Amino acid sequence: MPTFTKDQVQHLGWLVRIALNDEEADKLKDDMNVISEAINSIQEVATQDVEPTANPIPLEAHLREDVPATPFTQEEAIAGAPEADSGMFVAPQILGGEESE
Amino acid sequence: MSERMNDAQLVKLTAAQMAEKLQAGEVTSRELVQAHINVIAAAEPELKAFLSVSATEALKTADEVDRRRAAGEELPELAGVPVAIKDMIVTKGIETTAASRILQGWIPPYDATVVEKLKANLMPILGKTNLDEFAQGSSTEHSAYFPTHNPWDTECVPGGSGGGSASAVAAYEAPLALGTDTGGSIRQPGAFTGTVGVKPTYGGVSRFGAIAMASSLDQIGPVARTVLDAALLHEVIGGYDERDSTSIPEPTPAVVKAAREGQKMDLSGLKVGVVKELSGKGYEDVVSHNFEHAVELLKSMGAQVSEVSLPNASYALPAYYVLMPSEVSSNLARYDGMRYGLRMMPPADVAQTSANMMAYTREAGFGSEVKRRILLGTYALSAGFYDKWYGSAQKVRTLIIRDFEKAFEKVDVLVSPASPTTAFKLGEELTDPMTMYLNDVATIPANLAGIPAMSLPMGLGNGLPTGFQIMAPAKHDDMMYKPAAALEAAFAKEAGEVSELPTGKWADQAAQNADVTSAEADKINQAEKAEAVDAALKAFPGVRVTKAEEK
Repeated sequence: MPTFTKDQVQHLGWLVRIALNDEEADKLKDDMNVISEAINSIQEVATQDVEPTANPIPLEAHLREDVPATPFTQEEAIAGAPEADSGMFVAPQILGGEESE
Repeated sequence: MSERMNDAQLVKLTAAQMAEKLQAGEVTSRELVQAHINVIAAAEPELKAFLSVSATEALKTADEVDRRRAAGEELPELAGVPVAIKDMIVTKGIETTAASRILQGWIPPYDATVVEKLKANLMPILGKTNLDEFAQGSSTEHSAYFPTHNPWDTECVPGGSGGGSASAVAAYEAPLALGTDTGGSIRQPGAFTGTVGVKPTYGGVSRFGAIAMASSLDQIGPVARTVLDAALLHEVIGGYDERDSTSIPEPTPAVVKAAREGQKMDLSGLKVGVVKELSGKGYEDVVSHNFEHAVELLKSMGAQVSEVSLPNASYALPAYYVLMPSEVSSNLARYDGMRYGLRMMPPADVAQTSANMMAYTREAGFGSEVKRRILLGTYALSAGFYDKWYGSAQKVRTLIIRDFEKAFEKVDVLVSPASPTTAFKLGEELTDPMTMYLNDVATIPANLAGIPAMSLPMGLGNGLPTGFQIMAPAKHDDMMYKPAAALEAAFAKEAGEVSELPTGKWADQAAQNADVTSAEADKINQAEKAEAVDAALKAFPGVRVTKAEEK
């Protein structure tokens, strides 16, 4: 089981797009080490012969009738947008400035 | 007709009694809703159970019910009985925040399936209740806005994540509420507040419109003061929904019938298994004592009780703390400042890109517990570690399901305490995450196995409620309602005439006060919420984009 370092936590922070500050990364590192220690025990029983379970209540794929439904209007879809223009979401520039990594 | 009931008398009725009085024309839905609004106004300064109150909307529904009933229309059983909704479930036109800064001010453009069902049953919606941010926590202290207090002792937490719904129902602010339960978020607050909380079979109630936390574990369920009330709400919200791919294509088990059956207090022939691993060390004496007494009561009503083992139960908590954060990290990726919710642009000296915007938005928008789980989950799902962590946890899940299957070959239902302790003081468990996580040690196994489970009050210990948990096989939710209702009746018989509960004091105050207007009620806690967000966001770098800047 890993022991997290502050650098690893900062790197994870970038991967999940959370701009952690230094103090926070340090605290999170400690918490995550406590938790990872506590959850280590699952290795003891998770042997090769045990099948994994994703959904506890297995269901067959269900097909619905092919009936048209009404989706959101454009207005409804952008109603919660932090920034919108001409019925579209406004996003900041996509390229450039990767120095945060 | 007898003299009109005052606010306190009205709100202290059970939901079933309210429904009867509405049908008999002894009370109007408007009177009932107004009484609850008055209690909310009296209690909220101390309890903070609600994130938003929708009094105007609730009264509108109430008036519709009264009008249609007066016109002689046949209405659904719970028509006119008000309900509160955990703010983890989306409500069209009513702000939905998941108690997170990242969703402050978000007005959903659609209703969750369960909310559509409440509306179809003409149940007035009183408002949205507080929770730990994105339902992550066991005390409601991780709300980004304010903690909720326990009506039995306001220095104590109400449990979590659904502390708002549990407190509101316990303090008579609402007769019924909806919760969500991923690892115990309905049942542990039930235990802490002396209310009934039910986690139905996974897939028994549609999750469409429940904000996703850990999708293979999340389940919506009822919160009530009596077992029958929980059953009535369970039947309203349950059933197949094609918009949820995990929804079971079968009707809801007859839980109301089972609850009524249980009230007869005859459990002869019922086989009850006491789970060996969910007791003893780590459980407070008062909890163990009350639990043993409850088991004796089950025996006295004819139940055959034996001890049953779930050998892998001790691995449930660690497996949960791998599976849940993994699913959280994936589900919460959608909060990126692009289409709804908070957007924080990076400070001027940082490139103004989308990627940086997301990083500054999520840094400012999420609280520490949520960040902890996203990071841990991302690690558990990363290449090279997936099999070791996530894969292993999924195997433990198989072992736990097998344990339950074997147990249910011997007994009809399994029982344990719902929580190892009574409610703790605010702030007491905030420093160490593992201490907080241990709150859910008795409730998590049912989530991993997808089976139905509920908590109901089993008496006080040191002046605080304790909770009794009943678990049943998957898709047999009705099987736990019968012993639950029987036990509730046995406790009532034993207690005899109950003196006033401390949780009733705000209802009694409300009965002395003048009616609160709906406009006043709709403002409850709104200023505190805005202040909490403004203060918190100031501590983070970046520039908040507000809607006023729309082009």
